Amino acid sequence: MPFNRKPQKFNASIKEVEIGCGDKAVKIGGANVFPFYSFDGTVGNAPKVGVEISDMGLEHEPEGVKAYYAGATTMAEIAKKAAEMPGADFVVLRLEGGDPNGANKSVEELVAVAKEVADAVDAPLVVEGCKNVEKDGELLPKVAEALQGKNVLLMSAKEENYKAIGAAAGLAYNQKVGAESAVDINLAKQLNVVMTQLGVSADSVVMNVGTATVGYGYDYVISTMDRVRAAALSQDDKMLQMPIITPVASETWAVKESTASEEDAPGWGPVEERGVSMEVQTAAADLVSGSDAVILKHPQSVATISKMIKELM
Amino acid sequence: MALTGIQIFKMTPKKNCKECGSPTCMAFSMKVAQGAVDISACPYMSEDALAQLSEATAPPMKTIKIGTGDNEYSLGGETVLYRHEKTFVSKTRYAAAVCSCMDDATVDAKLAAVSAVDYERIGERMFTELVYVNFAKDTDASKYVEIVKKAAATGRTLVLGCKCPETAKAALEVCKDGKPVLNGADASNYEEMSKIAAEAGVVLGVSGASLDELYDTVAALEKLGNKNLVLDVTMGTVKDTFEAAVAVRRAAIKDGDRTFGYPSIVNLVPLADGDKAMEEALAAAFTMKYGSIVVVSEMDYAMALPLYGLRQNLFTDPQKPMKVAPGIYPLNGADENSICLTTVDFALTYFLVSGELERSGVPCNLLISDAGGLSVLTAWAAGKLSSTSVAKFIAEQVEDKIKSRKLIIPGKVAVLKGDIEAKLPGWEVIVAPLEAVQLVKFLKDMQANGQL
Ligand code: B12
Ligand code: SF4
Repeated sequence: MPFNRKPQKFNASIKEVEIGCGDKAVKIGGANVFPFYSFDGTVGNAPKVGVEISDMGLEHEPEGVKAYYAGATTMAEIAKKAAEMPGADFVVLRLEGGDPNGANKSVEELVAVAKEVADAVDAPLVVEGCKNVEKDGELLPKVAEALQGKNVLLMSAKEENYKAIGAAAGLAYNQKVGAESAVDINLAKQLNVVMTQLGVSADSVVMNVGTATVGYGYDYVISTMDRVRAAALSQDDKMLQMPIITPVASETWAVKESTASEEDAPGWGPVEERGVSMEVQTAAADLVSGSDAVILKHPQSVATISKMIKELM
Repeated sequence: MALTGIQIFKMTPKKNCKECGSPTCMAFSMKVAQGAVDISACPYMSEDALAQLSEATAPPMKTIKIGTGDNEYSLGGETVLYRHEKTFVSKTRYAAAVCSCMDDATVDAKLAAVSAVDYERIGERMFTELVYVNFAKDTDASKYVEIVKKAAATGRTLVLGCKCPETAKAALEVCKDGKPVLNGADASNYEEMSKIAAEAGVVLGVSGASLDELYDTVAALEKLGNKNLVLDVTMGTVKDTFEAAVAVRRAAIKDGDRTFGYPSIVNLVPLADGDKAMEEALAAAFTMKYGSIVVVSEMDYAMALPLYGLRQNLFTDPQKPMKVAPGIYPLNGADENSICLTTVDFALTYFLVSGELERSGVPCNLLISDAGGLSVLTAWAAGKLSSTSVAKFIAEQVEDKIKSRKLIIPGKVAVLKGDIEAKLPGWEVIVAPLEAVQLVKFLKDMQANGQL
């Protein structure tokens, strides 16, 4: 008696969202099965890999990242190289310098950086704020305005500032909106509900349902994504069918495993190898839990994860 | 198939004697059907009924034990596909691989490296639990047995990847007491292999060129009476292996197909084919997606640190936050004059922060207030770590025990500084860096500047 396959079929699917323009535009989402369950049905678009760069330049980057960008000095040059990184599907600009508790760069200065980057690459662009909700509420609408026509994804619209960001990005300037919530299915859904009530089309929203490094509260990330995907497919919950994007690099490169020098952690081996492993393992876990896009930064991680995605599709 | 209360009731003696603790046989049967009590609570069930019931109520996935003593591990026994439904019970175990195709020096180096990774994380020992010894085609059987001997000497539980019956027999001769897995049965040799495994008293690993072949071989082995199995779901490609790992687990748990109700082995050595970063990514993916044993070419710290952290998260009880008791924790021989630092009562945070403080060697008092078992930012966002909560804790429980009036707070809640100082007259509040790993340098710099 052969194995009796029982595919899990759903009458619902993840929405498809396009970012960018022209032949370099990418689509994410579209699956009507669990992540990579191609044996059950349609997996939709292959998950995509974004390469993160920051307005703060390369000074604090790990050696391998610095080496990759060697010779690039302006943001335009850095962005070009990011777009060319083997395995990269899109570029992510983090406007970290806006943080009032950090470099506190002005909105004008950061908008200029965003324009410089957007003009330099034809790869799809994702712009992340500085995590400070007030500043992002001011900054991201201005970025949305400045990059009109580029179909960029503006990340970090949260419960506290979704109105400003959603209205500008999703309504006024026809961009895509990234809705960020804190590792809880109800919060993710609630944000999508209010975002669509604001008038933003459900097809223009990508979710960041919360992220952590493996080993650092990651249990909640797994369960949130598992539950979001299950509700989207098996309950046809329209307010959870937005594709998921997960910033990985900004989490994984901060923890001890990726930063402790060999003197500080005797026996642990080369720090960069640990950093790459932290990044690829977190990304792999995110992808099998339901991320439709991951944001990485080390060239080796980008190459590896894009290869893994190809092999799984 | 699960039985209903009525079906179970039909098998009871209907004495209503209450010895089982239930008022009637019917009430008892209902509870058994719900899984609330075990059938053995009734002393009067017939042998026949018991046999029928144990078959019907057996868990969908068998628990298979390998190894002995401290190195005994349970595999499988899962009842759900997702951790939010119920806690996963049997952690993924990792094997480092050696092969008869390697030269002696490589084998020795790899075996020596098996003990390299060994550390503790939040009370859990993290190390390479298993060694996979592969017998490659067209290599020397006696050489293989020698490698098995050396591998057994590491004290780790072995998995023998060997499809040749004679060689397997010889290898088991030298290691069967350690209860290894004999991963060697397939459609062509299962009868003989099953006999060899049964004679040696070890678990048999079964593989197949396709899911259907694997299924048929398992069914045939069960027919022979061997249900002490693990299923090697490694197929020719990553994609097919992923399908097999999911299909096997899902068939057992969701569809009640007991033929696939066994733990699995995923061997990444052929799949990653020497690409280290790829192997790391796949190790994480197959820990998430249902590998009971995951075989890697080598377990070094780069592979282990993320992987064991992931496993620890995946297998925790989703209902229970891991907390430590609030209080004053003196470190590195601290006394009442030593500087204070504060953080939350989330076990992971405590573990990371106290670990770094110990590494610094600087005497200090770590003050843990009740933050609901949440991380620093979560507790702050939830209002459980605030200037009020910290000030109250210090005023009520610290001030009369500690003379130092310097308090270091986590960098992630730098905003609390002003308010804490306002609420705790006489205290100087110092903002620490964002990550615990930066504490060693931070404290040493303070020490050098005479600030402690
Ligand atoms: C897991 C998680 C949860 C879990 C909680 C699990 C737990 N036990 O804490 C759950 C799902 C319950 C949760 C809930 C919420 N969460 Co939450 N959560 C996370 C997540 C993903 C990981 C947290 C974690 O475990 N970190 C690991 C630990 C070890 O970190 P840590 O405690 O900060 O410790 C590190 C450092 O701070 C440092 N450190 C600690 N102490 C000290 C002391 C000194 C002296 C020094 C030097 C260093 C130091 O050492 C550690 C390692 O370096 C983070 C996002 C993220 N990636 O961080 C969001 C996050 C913390 N959550 C957030 C929010 C908003 C919430 C909610 C308020 C959401 C809501 N609106 O309900 C709720 C609140 C909970 C409640 N109401 O009960 C936000 C906080 C935003 C902000 N900046 O304030 C975050 C950052 C997510 C986000 N980006 O929006 N969350
Ligand atoms: S012990 Fe057995 S016979 Fe007696 S009441 Fe309970 S189920 Fe019925």
